[in-house]
Amino acid sequence: MNRPAAPHAPCGCCAADAVDAPRRRVIQIAAVGLAAPLAVATRPAVAAVSGHRLVEEDAEGTPQPLRVADLKPGKPMLAYPFDTKTGKRRDETRLNKLVLVRLPDAEMTPATRARAAGGVVAYSAICTHQACDVKTWLSKEKVLVCFCHSSKFNLFDDGKVVAGPASRALPFVPLKLDGDQLVIDGTFSTEPGGSA
Amino acid sequence: MKPTRNLLAAAIALALPLLATAQGEVDLAPYVPVTDARLANPEPGNWLQYRGNYGGWGYSPLEQITSKNVGKLRLAWSLSTGQTEGHQAPPIVNNGYMYVTTPGAQVIALDAASGIELWRWKKELPSDLMQLHPTNRGVALYGDKVYVATVDAALVALDAKTGKVAWTAQVGDPKALQYITLAPLAARGKIMVGSSGGETGVRGFVAAYDAATGKEAWRAYTTAAPGEPGGDTWPGESYKNGGGSVWITGTYDPATNLAYWGTGNPAPWPTEGRKGDNLYTTSAIALDVDTGKIKGHHQYHHNDAWDWDEVSAPVLIDTEVKGRKVKAAIHAGRNGYLRMLERQADGKIGFIDAQPYVYNNVFTAIDKKTGRPSYDDSKRPGMGKAVGFCPSLWGGKDWPPEAWNPKTGLFYIPANNNLCAELPEAEPTRYKKGDLYIGYPIEGVLGSLRYKDGKKPSTIGELQAWDLKTGKQVWTHKFDTHLWAPLLTTAGNLVFAGGTNDRKFRAFDASTGKVLWETATPSGVTGVPTSFQVKGEQYIAVQSGWGVDAQRMQSGIDSLTGKPQPVPQGGTVLVYKLEK
Repeated sequence: MNRPAAPHAPCGCCAADAVDAPRRRVIQIAAVGLAAPLAVATRPAVAAVSGHRLVEEDAEGTPQPLRVADLKPGKPMLAYPFDTKTGKRRDETRLNKLVLVRLPDAEMTPATRARAAGGVVAYSAICTHQACDVKTWLSKEKVLVCFCHSSKFNLFDDGKVVAGPASRALPFVPLKLDGDQLVIDGTFSTEPGGSA
Repeated sequence: MKPTRNLLAAAIALALPLLATAQGEVDLAPYVPVTDARLANPEPGNWLQYRGNYGGWGYSPLEQITSKNVGKLRLAWSLSTGQTEGHQAPPIVNNGYMYVTTPGAQVIALDAASGIELWRWKKELPSDLMQLHPTNRGVALYGDKVYVATVDAALVALDAKTGKVAWTAQVGDPKALQYITLAPLAARGKIMVGSSGGETGVRGFVAAYDAATGKEAWRAYTTAAPGEPGGDTWPGESYKNGGGSVWITGTYDPATNLAYWGTGNPAPWPTEGRKGDNLYTTSAIALDVDTGKIKGHHQYHHNDAWDWDEVSAPVLIDTEVKGRKVKAAIHAGRNGYLRMLERQADGKIGFIDAQPYVYNNVFTAIDKKTGRPSYDDSKRPGMGKAVGFCPSLWGGKDWPPEAWNPKTGLFYIPANNNLCAELPEAEPTRYKKGDLYIGYPIEGVLGSLRYKDGKKPSTIGELQAWDLKTGKQVWTHKFDTHLWAPLLTTAGNLVFAGGTNDRKFRAFDASTGKVLWETATPSGVTGVPTSFQVKGEQYIAVQSGWGVDAQRMQSGIDSLTGKPQPVPQGGTVLVYKLEK
C-alpha cells in the first residue's frame, strides 16, 4: 500500500526501467487514414408537431391540455407535447420536454412575440450545454438559468445565451391559441439536446 | 464505441513497424501487465493508479526535478483532447504507456515520452443524457486492461494495447440520474466503483466487478436498511433515496485487504425528514474487498444539513500522529476539519484528533474520544428559516485530493477559506426518478455563496502544509482567488498545483510553500498532476481544462463581485520536463 520513500533504486533518477523491460521495438506511425471520426451521439426521434397541445410534465390522471391561465406569470412549467388524436403524451424522450413561461409581451423582441401565444413562450427544456433540465427563472435578471452549470438564456429574444458554458440558444417552439388552449404551431427551431 | 486508431493499435498489438509520419516515432516495449504486487509497491518511474499508490499519497519518489532546478521546467509536449468542461483525470503511466480520460467518456492512450497518440476510445452518449458533472477522474490499470467508468453509469474494460472493448457492465441507471465520474479502484481481481447522485436521490454504493469477466461480485450500500447495523439511523424508508454517493476513488490496504471509501451527503439536504445519524453518509467506510462487508466506519459529522460530502477517501499513512506511531487514515473534510484517524486491526476506524483548517461556525465542540461534533443549531438550515453557515456548500476542501510527502513528513491540503453560504427556507420535496432531489429552491442554491464577513476577503484559496506529528500547520500559501487544486508532491521537495482562475500551474517548495515555478496553460488546471520517468528523464503531467464545480464556485464569486472572471474552456494534456 504505502510507497516507500526510496524503493528499488538508490536514486529515482535511474529507475527508468521499472519492471523487466523486454527488448524495445521501434514502431513508426502512419497518420494517414488513422483519424477516423469519433462516434456521433445518438439522437432519439423528436416530436413537436403542429397541432399538438401541451400537458404538464407532472400531471396525474387524464392529461388536460394546458391553457394560458394555467401558467402563472414568471413561473416556468415543464410540459410535453400532447397528441389529441391518439391521446398520447409525447414523452418517449426527454428531448421533447418543453419549458413554458408566461412573460410580458411588451418586453419580447418582435420575432419572439410573433411566436408567443397569450404571452406564453415555449422553449426546449433541455440545456444545450449538458442536457440538464432548464427550469429556473431568475426574476431579478429575467433569464432562465440551468442549475447544473449556470448557463443563462434570454427567453425574450429567441432563447439566446446570456451567460455560462452553453454556446447555443435554447431551441424554441412557436405557439398559437385555440380559444385559450396552447397549441404548437411548428416544430423545434433547432435540434434539442446537449453537446456531450 | 470503437477506438479510432485501429490501424495503429493493431500495429502496436502485433509490434509491426509502420511508415514514419509527422507524428514521429514511438519507442515502446511490449505492454507489461499491472499486477497486485506492482500496485502495492509501484516502481518510482510509474504512476499506475489515481493517486500513484494504494495509500492515496499523490507522491512520486522521483527526484530528478527538485526545488533547486524546477525553474528549468519546460513543456515537453501537449495534446488537445477535443473536449470542453472539467478535465480532472491524472495522466496514468505504465512503462511509457499513458492513459488519460476526459469529459465525454473518452480514453486517450499516448506514448508518454512523445505525446504520440496510440488509440482513442469514446463512448456514444445520448444527447438527452443529463450531465450534472461532465467530467471523469481517470482509469484503473489491471492485468492487460484499462478500466474506465462513464457518466452514463457503465464500467468498461478496454484492451490496454488496442483500446478494444473487452466487456461492459451497466453499474447504475442513468435515467435515475445515477452517474459515475471516479477512477475505478483495482485490487485482488476486482474492479470497484461507486455512483454519484447525492443531489438526485440515489442510494449510494460501492460495487465490485470481476476484472476478467465484468460480472458483479458484490454491492455494498452506504445507507443502512432496517435490520442492518446503522439501519436505525434512518426513519422509515428514507434510506432508499438517502444519498451517501461515492464519487472519488477509494484507498486500499493490502495488508488487511480493506478498501477505504469516503461517502457523500445524505439526501435531500433538509434534515426534517431524516432525523438520525444517517449512517453511513458523510463517513469513511472500510470494506472487505473479497466480500464487500463493511468492517468499520467513522462518521465525520452526523445528519448533515450543509451538503458537505466527505467523498475524498482517507489517505493511508503509517506514521506518527500526535506523538504515537499509528496506521493512520487522514482526511481533510469538506466540513473544514482535518481528521486524524486510526486503522485498527479488526477493521474498525478509531479517532485520534481533529483540527479546523478553515473557518467553521457550525461545530461547537468535537468529542475527544469519538470525534463526534456538536452543532450550533442556529446554523442548521432547514424548513421555515433562511440560515447562513461556514464553510460554504463546497466546504473547506471539495474533491481535489490532498497529498502526503514521506520525505518532508508534511500533509498538504488544497483549501478554500473565508467562504460561507446562506440557504433560503427549505421547500417540501419528494423523490422523483430522473429529477433533482435537493429540497431548496434552485435559485437559492445557485446564489448561496457568501463571504465570511460580508465583504471580499483578501485571500480565499490556501495551500496548507500540516505536520501530523504535532497536529499543527507548518506553512500556508494564500491566494486571492479560490483554489481548486488536486496536488502532487515529489521527493524533489516539491508540491505541484493548479486550481486558480488565472490558468496557472505552479511548483511550490514543499518545505516552505514558496512558489518556485509557474506557467500559464490554455485553460484552468483542475486535473490531478502526476510524475513519471521514461528513459531516465522525469516528467510532470497534468490536464488543463476548467469546468464543473471550479466554474460553479467562480459563478458564485462572480455574483458577489459583480465582475465576471471568464476562464476559457477546452482540454489539453500537458507534459513537462527539465530543459537540457
